Amino acid sequence: MTTFLPLLPLMILTGAILVLMMAIAFMRNLALSCGISVIGLLLTLISIIWVNLNLEPSYVTPLLRVDDFGLLFSGIMAVTALFICLLAYSYHQNRGEHQDEFFLLLLLATLGAMVLTISVHFASFVLGLELLGISIYALISYPTKGVFSLEAALKYLILSGISSAFILFGAGLLYAVSGTLSFADFAAGGIPNTGTGQVFVLAGSAMMLAGIGFKLSLVPFHMWTPDVYEGAPAPVAGFLATISKGSVFVALMRFFLAVDGYQYDSIMTGLYWIAGLSMLLGNILALLQSSIKRLLAYSSIAQFGYLMVAFIAISELAGKHLAIEAAVFFLIAYFITTIGAFGVVTIMSDKSEDHDLDSLDAYEGLFWQRPLLAAFMSIMLLSLAGIPLTAGFIGKFYILASGVESQLWPLLVIVVIGSGIGLFYYLRVIYAMTKKAAANTDIEVSAAGGWTMAVVTLVLLVLGVYPGPVIEWVSNMALQLV
Amino acid sequence: MTVIEVMLLLFVGGVLAWLSQRWHSHWPKWIALITCVLSSVLMLPLYYQESTTVLDLAGAPSYWIEYVQYSWIPRFGISLIFALDGLSLMMVSLTLFLGFVAILSSWTEISERPGFFQFNLLWTLAGVIGVFSSLDLFLFFFFWEVMLIPMYFLIAIWGHEQRAYAAMKFFIFTQFSGLLMLVAILTLVLVNADQSGQLTFNYFELVGHNLGSGLSLLVMLGFFIAFVVKLPAFPFHPWLPDAHTQAPTAASVLLAGILLKTGAYGLIRFTVPLFPEASATIAEVAMALGAISIIYGAILAFAQTDFKRLVAYSSVSHMGFVLVGVYAFNAIAMKGAVMQMVAHGFSTAALFMMAGAIQHRIHTRDMTLMGGLWQAMPKMGAVALFFIVASLGMPGLGNFVGEFLVLLGAFASNVTITAIAAIGLITGAIYSLIAMQRVFQGSDSNKRTLSDLDSREFTALIPLILGLIWLGVYPQPVFDLVDPALATLHQVVTGATSQLIGNMP
Repeated sequence: MTTFLPLLPLMILTGAILVLMMAIAFMRNLALSCGISVIGLLLTLISIIWVNLNLEPSYVTPLLRVDDFGLLFSGIMAVTALFICLLAYSYHQNRGEHQDEFFLLLLLATLGAMVLTISVHFASFVLGLELLGISIYALISYPTKGVFSLEAALKYLILSGISSAFILFGAGLLYAVSGTLSFADFAAGGIPNTGTGQVFVLAGSAMMLAGIGFKLSLVPFHMWTPDVYEGAPAPVAGFLATISKGSVFVALMRFFLAVDGYQYDSIMTGLYWIAGLSMLLGNILALLQSSIKRLLAYSSIAQFGYLMVAFIAISELAGKHLAIEAAVFFLIAYFITTIGAFGVVTIMSDKSEDHDLDSLDAYEGLFWQRPLLAAFMSIMLLSLAGIPLTAGFIGKFYILASGVESQLWPLLVIVVIGSGIGLFYYLRVIYAMTKKAAANTDIEVSAAGGWTMAVVTLVLLVLGVYPGPVIEWVSNMALQLV
Repeated sequence: MTVIEVMLLLFVGGVLAWLSQRWHSHWPKWIALITCVLSSVLMLPLYYQESTTVLDLAGAPSYWIEYVQYSWIPRFGISLIFALDGLSLMMVSLTLFLGFVAILSSWTEISERPGFFQFNLLWTLAGVIGVFSSLDLFLFFFFWEVMLIPMYFLIAIWGHEQRAYAAMKFFIFTQFSGLLMLVAILTLVLVNADQSGQLTFNYFELVGHNLGSGLSLLVMLGFFIAFVVKLPAFPFHPWLPDAHTQAPTAASVLLAGILLKTGAYGLIRFTVPLFPEASATIAEVAMALGAISIIYGAILAFAQTDFKRLVAYSSVSHMGFVLVGVYAFNAIAMKGAVMQMVAHGFSTAALFMMAGAIQHRIHTRDMTLMGGLWQAMPKMGAVALFFIVASLGMPGLGNFVGEFLVLLGAFASNVTITAIAAIGLITGAIYSLIAMQRVFQGSDSNKRTLSDLDSREFTALIPLILGLIWLGVYPQPVFDLVDPALATLHQVVTGATSQLIGNMP
């Protein structure tokens, strides 16, 4: 029994899902469903902390490895899902009946994401990925009114299915040459480095990368992102941008470190281009968007481009530790910021029944209408732009530091140019909010939404001004991965 | 630690001013004014304080009136180092003084959301003071960026017609160059860490690093560009005329008076001492850029019909002298540069205030629509004449001392460039007097009846007048204050390079 103890968080979350399902079967009540989800996620979070403090990092079956890295991200997923639940509550209150299953799907998707963060085997990897993916299809198409969400869900379904096929094919190629599906066996030298074997490995890794590139919406696999983010309900778009992307990135890191993909020049060249193009195209395409959700979608493409710089920087031995640390910290900052930005969109859309309030015009004059909400949004945007006082700045600092340490000068130039372009569209939103005439006069901030945003903003500012303790912690954790 | 207290006071004062708007729309400006005065009072004892802390700066002793260090992000060797020497103290005092002027100049202009306005104004001041007093490179960069955000809001919300464009341009220019500086800082720090085995952002430990000449040059350029954009010098100046023209009066005063000086300060404090040899290699280019800025700024100023734009371009011209002075690598020119920074802060702040006062009364900045305003407002005419002659470099006033010393010092290091720069004194006279003629002389075709300067405006302007006269007639106290700091920096620089010129040309 004790061997399964490290999986306590997953078990608790599964338990919460079962309880929630039963509750919905007997009584439909949005507050009850949301309450069960929140309590379930809180218990999960507590158990994650308990496991981290009391148990040694260990393998649970060859499929899963519960270590600090996985637990950190599981914890972040739990907190993020918690925020989304709280934000989604008043959002769903005004959207007719049968809203309870939203929370069920949300918890299921979170469970899938958590499995991804601790999986060290293709079997568990694909399990987590599909649990996450299938829940998301339903989540995107959850609104019954309007066709955009249906279009978005279909788009995501088809493309996500294809990318999963790529990943499976890649895994198959790796299996064909090595006879194993476990990351640990890859690391132990289970894959040949010469002759035809190498071709298989190379092709397999490239397939994997293409599939994962789609999930992370990196250029050139990014086409679906703006449409899906625009069509998905705001809380789900937030989920897609954070938990869904983040968990896949964590799995990618585990896989790549195990296979040591950094030794293949052709793959590294590909990654270089992917990172550079993501930063440039993401930022350029975001410039003239009139929908905040689309803007955030393109911005998230660019942000993952920045993240890939740190990911590439891991290749240099000298900068390995710093780069892992940079990737982890940047991801944490990105989670908080993105959930905050989509949180504001969610709160803005609370009252509009059949569509989200995401056109830039709707935010004009928000500063004078709802100063706090506008201040939250501004802080989130400044954090995305990497301006000091926010966690985003420390994240950007980390990315640049890892790039300098590993001497990725061309990519650094693109980071600087991309950030310069990025400022333009982030400031456009802030400027719209400071305009004198208010576009909306009937925006109300629900208590749950307001307090959640206040907490998110506070965390963001604390991480930006006093990041010392978190940096220390992340640094120690990164040492274990080197 | 006084400077931390002052910053906290400004931060808290800003929040209070914002909140107080709920009760009465007059409260914010009073709170802002009181905060500013209190901060200045807090600073007063520092002038009488001996420089007790002596620290080693690459072999040269440096004297600090105040010095504190707290650990901040130990992982990267980043600490909160706040320190004041004469130079920093001078700049901090200038900041608070011009802050006072800016608050008074916005007294009646800002009727919309006065709370948030004063909040941004005070936070800008706090950010700038942070820039002038932090000696950890990370901390410095932190404040360097932080001061932009409230300034962005000041321009974007309370600016004139083209405010969105101007605010965006201002922010992107400075942020973009700031990122270059961040990359440069990181390269400096990480390479230094590889060599010395110690990861640190501490200024005192980084001065005297051993980066190698090729890398040094590149890293130095990162710093140089960031500071020269802020200064601004040709060809990095395009943001300035827009930002200055579109900003509300108080923001123009702060922009021209102190934000530009952060660029000059950065050159003096960081670029040159951190990279003495690399700086020496580009010294001629930098001086040439300075000279071009002087002439180019003057020509463009002459061509303007918008009064604020004219003053803005004149800033480009005047700050060119600072660039020439800093890169003349000569103690006298350096003193001149510092004097020019202070004097230009005074005179340009006053000119922007005049422009604001005129715009408030006749609702235009277009000089072709002005003329003959002396009849309607004789007091304002006289005061404007004073500041215009100060700005063109009339002997006996502060700007003359600055420009003269710069030219005197620079003559020893490069005669050609100095000769070109000296033409700036003539061109300066041309555009300044033309402005005076167009605005105040001639006859007023509209026969306007306007209210002359009132006591509030005099309260802001008289200290500036007295200050300029004092700087012009008896500048020694300023030199006494900044000399130890400049001597240390000079020693750091000359200790490392051989072809530098001594104290007197």
